[in-house]
Amino acid sequence: MVSKRILGVFSALIVVWLIVPTLVIIPMSFNEASSFNFPPKGFSTRWYENFFTDPSWLQALGSSLQVAILTMIVATAVGVLAALGLSKVRFRGKGLMEGYFLLPLIVPGIVLAVGLYSLFLRLDLLGTLPGFVLAHTIVSMPLVITNVMASLQGLDPRLEQASASLGAGRVRTFFSITLPLIAPGVTAGALFAFVTSFDEVILSLFIQSPSLQTLPVKIFNSVTQTNDPTVAAVAVITMLTSVIVMLIAQFATRKRKRPVA
Amino acid sequence: MNAMTHNEIPVPEGHEQELRAEGLNTSAIHQIGEAGISLSQVTKRYGDSTVVDEIDLVIEPGEFMTFLGPSGSGKTTTLNMIAGFTSVTEGHLHIYGKPVAKLPPHKRDIGMVFQNYALFPHKTVAENIAYPLQRRKIGKEQQKQMVADALAMVRMGDYGDRYPSELSGGQQQRVALARALVYEPRVLLMDEPLGALDKKLREWLQGEIKRIHREVGSTFVYVTHDQEEALSMSDRIAVFNNGRIEQVGTSEDLYEAPQTLFVGRFLGESTVLLGKGVRDGDRRTAIEVAGHRVVADGHSAHEDLAILIRPENLRLETAGTPAGAHENSIPVTITDVTYLGASRRYSVRLPDGTEGAVRLGQDARIHNRGDEVAMMWSIASGVLLVNTGEAGESTT
Repeated sequence: MVSKRILGVFSALIVVWLIVPTLVIIPMSFNEASSFNFPPKGFSTRWYENFFTDPSWLQALGSSLQVAILTMIVATAVGVLAALGLSKVRFRGKGLMEGYFLLPLIVPGIVLAVGLYSLFLRLDLLGTLPGFVLAHTIVSMPLVITNVMASLQGLDPRLEQASASLGAGRVRTFFSITLPLIAPGVTAGALFAFVTSFDEVILSLFIQSPSLQTLPVKIFNSVTQTNDPTVAAVAVITMLTSVIVMLIAQFATRKRKRPVA
Repeated sequence: MNAMTHNEIPVPEGHEQELRAEGLNTSAIHQIGEAGISLSQVTKRYGDSTVVDEIDLVIEPGEFMTFLGPSGSGKTTTLNMIAGFTSVTEGHLHIYGKPVAKLPPHKRDIGMVFQNYALFPHKTVAENIAYPLQRRKIGKEQQKQMVADALAMVRMGDYGDRYPSELSGGQQQRVALARALVYEPRVLLMDEPLGALDKKLREWLQGEIKRIHREVGSTFVYVTHDQEEALSMSDRIAVFNNGRIEQVGTSEDLYEAPQTLFVGRFLGESTVLLGKGVRDGDRRTAIEVAGHRVVADGHSAHEDLAILIRPENLRLETAGTPAGAHENSIPVTITDVTYLGASRRYSVRLPDGTEGAVRLGQDARIHNRGDEVAMMWSIASGVLLVNTGEAGESTT
């Protein structure tokens, strides 16, 4: 019993340790004084007002959403195709190929960032929307691939054979049978891709230009250059967006509990 | 739907150019044109291993053909080649006169029923059955009617709105059957469709499948490893072994006149006497079994021979009873007796130590375990076969 209690306390400590640094930002965002304070002095929503009235913040939010949505679309489309290829086609070096696709998760972000910077410099992609989307797709696609591959593993290959025997070609079979059955994995992958792009800092710092900054970049610049508590409000908004999207992802994978006979 | 009527006579001329291009002569083309499914020299190799080895088989239009064999004998691979799920390494494959070896599955106009049902879990029963009709661009109203008819045919009329997961295995398989037949394909392929069901349900569905076969008149190809199922359902059976077809014939052909020891042993029960053969006159061959001489009709160029006798053709008499003029007799020891109601089944040990089986009716004299008796049979009921040294054990 004693050991069980100790384990409980330890677990609680870990949970608190994981979440407190994140939660500290919430009271700070309602601070009245125009500096970072914890505990906050007084209550006000002026930093939220500031965020929603300052065009530079809103522009950053708009850029972030634009990049995240485009990244989600590109990463999902390419990731689903890659996952299909990896799980359906037998070829030499398939294991290596799988590892290769997951590489961006393992390689340190800063290495990737420096590499991309020099490449984009040459290709004139720095500070451009396609540049951001390309960069974010690199780090988001592995999440799409892993999620979709997991879904495909649970899919009975006989269902696709049945569809073929009933007169459906490959494309028809994909849209009528395969895609609906792996939809939870695709949805989860897409939302992960969105969140990854929306939160991405390292690559974005290297690719940014004064004209195109995503929200995390703007936060970083603001914290290092000014002492504007609006950052706290922005951080809370970013956090809420991510949490909501992740909850949707959870919900999507849990839906459709119908057993695949 | 006109293109899919069943009973039209296949026209070989329609594919003659293609067939000639494959290097076939006129008589071969004619044979292919008349066949429902024709396989010639069909081979499947994976790397160095040959799974299906130069199979020749003609399945008649409207026939119920069963592929029977132990696992790994090539029967399922052959079915998958007909379906188009597995590519043909070598040989020609024709469905109603049309060369299909290079066609994808969805262009072969086949229906397929799988062992695990393979119903689409995200579609209702009615949507599952409508799926092939949608692919064929059939009008919504007609679809509804056809789905209803197909459900009625498999006696599942009330289940259209259910999802597959809400049905039992037997119900799912009936839906799968309706889905595979609703568009009236000329060929229905079934891969151990009853393998996952319990015995009672299996027997009932065997009857249902036979009834449906009579109703729709399509060519059915049925894969099973269950010899009783094969014997009771098929017009003809092709017995597979080691990637080859050992024999093709009706249930009676295979049971009463097996051409190989494997076929004789795989189908039904049998007693097999093994020994070296010597000619015995013009028509007979004699073999010695542990010092006892028995004869069978026929001659063989081989030396290692076998005589196979079915249990109902054997009788047991008290030791010392003289054999009739056209009978063989050999002493055996009874090792087990099983009461089967209408008959008794005796397990006997032959003089060479191998086991045999005898089935005697109600009016036969009853023997007991341990009795030493004479086993007799008419010479004509023994089948002389070549002993290939291969054990063809039945799986049931």
